[in-house]
Amino acid sequence: MSSVTGVSAVDESPSPGGRVPLAGDAAGTGRVGDRLFSGLATSAGLLVIALVTLIGVFLLWQAIPSLARNEASFLTSREWTVAGEHPRFGIVEMLWTTVACSLIAMAIAVPVGVGVALFITQYAPRWLSRPAASLVDLLAAVPSIVYGLWGVLTFRDAVRPVEELLQDKLGWFPLFATTGISGGTIFFIGIVLAIMVLPIVTALSREVFAQTPVAHKEGALALGATRWEMIRTAVLPFGRPGVISAAMLALGRALGETIAVTFIVSTLARGSDWSWSLFNGGETFASRIANNAAEFDSPQKTGAFIAAGLVLFVLTFIVNAIARVVIERRKAFSE
Amino acid sequence: MKIQRFGQLAGMAVVGALALSACGSDTNSPGAGGSASGGSSASTDCAKGTLNAEGSSAQKNAIEEAITTFQDSCEGATVNYNPTGSGAGIKQFIAGQVDFAGSDSALKKTEKDGKIETAEAEKFCGSPAWNLPMVTGPIAVAYNVKGVDKLVLTPEVIANIFSGKITTWNDAAIAKINSGVSLPSEPIKVFFRSDESGTTENFTKYLKAAAPNAWAAEPGKSWTGKGEGKEKSAGVASAVQSTEGGITYAEWSYAKDNKLGIAQVDNGGGAVELSGESVGKAVAAAKPDGEGNDLRLKLDYTTKEAGAYPILLVTYEIVCSKAKDPAKVDLVKAFLKHFSSKETQASLEDIGYAPLPDEVRTKVDAAIAALS
Repeated sequence: MSSVTGVSAVDESPSPGGRVPLAGDAAGTGRVGDRLFSGLATSAGLLVIALVTLIGVFLLWQAIPSLARNEASFLTSREWTVAGEHPRFGIVEMLWTTVACSLIAMAIAVPVGVGVALFITQYAPRWLSRPAASLVDLLAAVPSIVYGLWGVLTFRDAVRPVEELLQDKLGWFPLFATTGISGGTIFFIGIVLAIMVLPIVTALSREVFAQTPVAHKEGALALGATRWEMIRTAVLPFGRPGVISAAMLALGRALGETIAVTFIVSTLARGSDWSWSLFNGGETFASRIANNAAEFDSPQKTGAFIAAGLVLFVLTFIVNAIARVVIERRKAFSE
Repeated sequence: MKIQRFGQLAGMAVVGALALSACGSDTNSPGAGGSASGGSSASTDCAKGTLNAEGSSAQKNAIEEAITTFQDSCEGATVNYNPTGSGAGIKQFIAGQVDFAGSDSALKKTEKDGKIETAEAEKFCGSPAWNLPMVTGPIAVAYNVKGVDKLVLTPEVIANIFSGKITTWNDAAIAKINSGVSLPSEPIKVFFRSDESGTTENFTKYLKAAAPNAWAAEPGKSWTGKGEGKEKSAGVASAVQSTEGGITYAEWSYAKDNKLGIAQVDNGGGAVELSGESVGKAVAAAKPDGEGNDLRLKLDYTTKEAGAYPILLVTYEIVCSKAKDPAKVDLVKAFLKHFSSKETQASLEDIGYAPLPDEVRTKVDAAIAALS
C-alpha cells in the first residue's frame, strides 16, 4: 500500500492538471502509510520520554521513605549508615569522587579524541584512515569488566610511577597531596575512564569533521592558510557543536560507569579524614550501589542507595541540559 | 588424521554416556541399598527434581563442589546455587523464591529494620526454619611481606593493625611476639572489604570478642577500621598480592590461591597455624545456641584451647523444618545429606574450607533426617 502511495505521488508531480506537485499539505492527508509512519515515529519519541519519566518517578518513589528517615544532611554528610533505626547518610563524598574522576577522564579523552579524529579525517592517507577508525571503534566494543581487570592487573603498575612523581614534586598542592592509598586512586580511575570514553569522542568528532564543507576548506587553503590554519579556521568551528555533544555523551558514560570502577576503586575507611587529593580513594555513585547490591535486605537500605542513584540521574540530566544549551548557542557561528 | 581423532572423541563420548547412564540407573533403583557404582560418594540417596538455592558467597566453592559430586551420582537431580550474598539469600528464602538459603550468620532473632528474620521465615514456612551448619570457612589474616614466611599475631596486635594504631611492620608490638624474624620497616597497608560481607562481620566479631580493649567498634557487615577498601574477597586478596607490606583478612582459599603469607594466631594458648584440623577443633568447641534441631552455633572466639584456630565463620543452610513444597523434601534431604557426608566434607579441605568435626556432623545428620 505504502509503495503505491509513493509511486502515485511521483506520478502526479509532473502532471499538468493544475495541482501543485507535492504540496505540503498533501503529504499528510491521511494515507495509511503516512499515518502509520507518523504514528510509529511519534510513539517511539513518546516511549523514550515516558521511560525516562518513569525511571525518575521510580527512583523518587523508592528514595523518599529513606530520605525522610535520614538523620544527616543528604547533600553534605559524609556518613553512610543506611541500616538500623537511625540511618545517617550523605552523598558528598561520592559526588566528589564521581565528578573528579569523570573530569579527569574528560581532560584526557577530549583533546586526545579530537586529535585522533583530526588525524583520521584530515591527515591520514586514505589507506590508513579506515583501519585506524575501526581500531578506535573497537575500543568501544571491549566490555568494561575487561578494562577493570586490565586496569588492576597491568595498567596499575604503569601509572603508579607517574602518581608518585606528581606526589613528590607537587605534593604541596592539595589536589596532589600524598595519601595512604596505593591502589585505585581517583586519578587512576580517571585515566582508565578516559580510555573507555575515547572511542565515543573520536567516533562522533570524526563524523562531524568529515562533513566540513569542502568549499570552506578549499576557501581557507586558497586564501593561503596552512593545513593547521585551515583546520583551525574551517574544520574546528564547524565541528564544535559535534565535539561538545560527543564530550557530553562521553561524560555521561564516565559518570555512570560501574563495573570497571567497582573493580579498580579503593574505598575509604569510615571516618577517614577528608582530602582533596586526586590520589585518594573513594567510591563513585555507581560503584557504591553495585558493590552493595547483594546486601539490599531492607527497603530502607535499598532506598538510601536508590537516593544516591537519583542524584546520579539528576547529575547526568544537568550535564546533558548544559550540553544542549551550549550546542544551541554555538550553532549560530558554525555555518 | 582429523577424522580419526574425531572418531576417537566420539567413541569416548559414547562410552562416557553409557557409563554415566549405567551409573544413573544404578543409583536410581529404589531400595538397592548402597549402589556400588564408582561414584565419589558411595552412599548417596537420590531423588529427582530441581532445587534452587541462593545466598552466601563464602560457601560458593564448597556448595559447588558438593553439587558437582551430587549430580554425578544422582541422575535427574539438579541443584542450582546463586551466590548473591547472605542477605539476598535470606530475603529470597523468606519470599519463597528458593528452596533453601545459604547464610554466613544464622537467622537473626532480634529485630532489625522492623523485621525479625526468624519470625518472617517461620511465617513463610508455616514451621520453624532450621539453621544447619554446613561449611566452615576459616578467615586467614593474610599478608605480603618479603622474607617473612612465619608471622605470629595476637588478637590485640591484629586489632591494632586493622584499626591503624600499628603502622609499620617492625613495630615493637609485632617484633616482641616474633623473635627471630627480621621485620622490615615498611608501612603496613591494610586492605578491607568495601562491600558488606559476612567475612567482615565475623572478623570484627572476633576482634571485638578477643581484643575488646583494642577494638572499640561494634561488629558489623561494613568495615569500621582503617585502610583501603577493595571489592569482594578476590579484590582484597589480589590487592595484597600486588602490594608489598599489605595485610588483609580473607577466606582461607583466597589466601592460599594468591600465595599470601598466612599469620598464625595466638589467642593465649600458643600460636596456632591455620589448618583443617585446627579449625575443626574450634568448631567442636562452639556451643549450640538453638533449640532441638535448630543447630545455630555460638562460636567461642576467645578460646584458649591449644591448637584451635579461632577466626572462622560457619555458613548455614537455612531450610523449612516442614517443607512448603512436599514434593521436594526427598531431594532437599538427599542433597543436604550428601553435603554433610564425611567424604564431601573431607573433599572441601582442598578448596580452602575445613571439614565439620564429627560431633557437629552427627547432629546435622540427625536434623536432616528429621526434615519433613
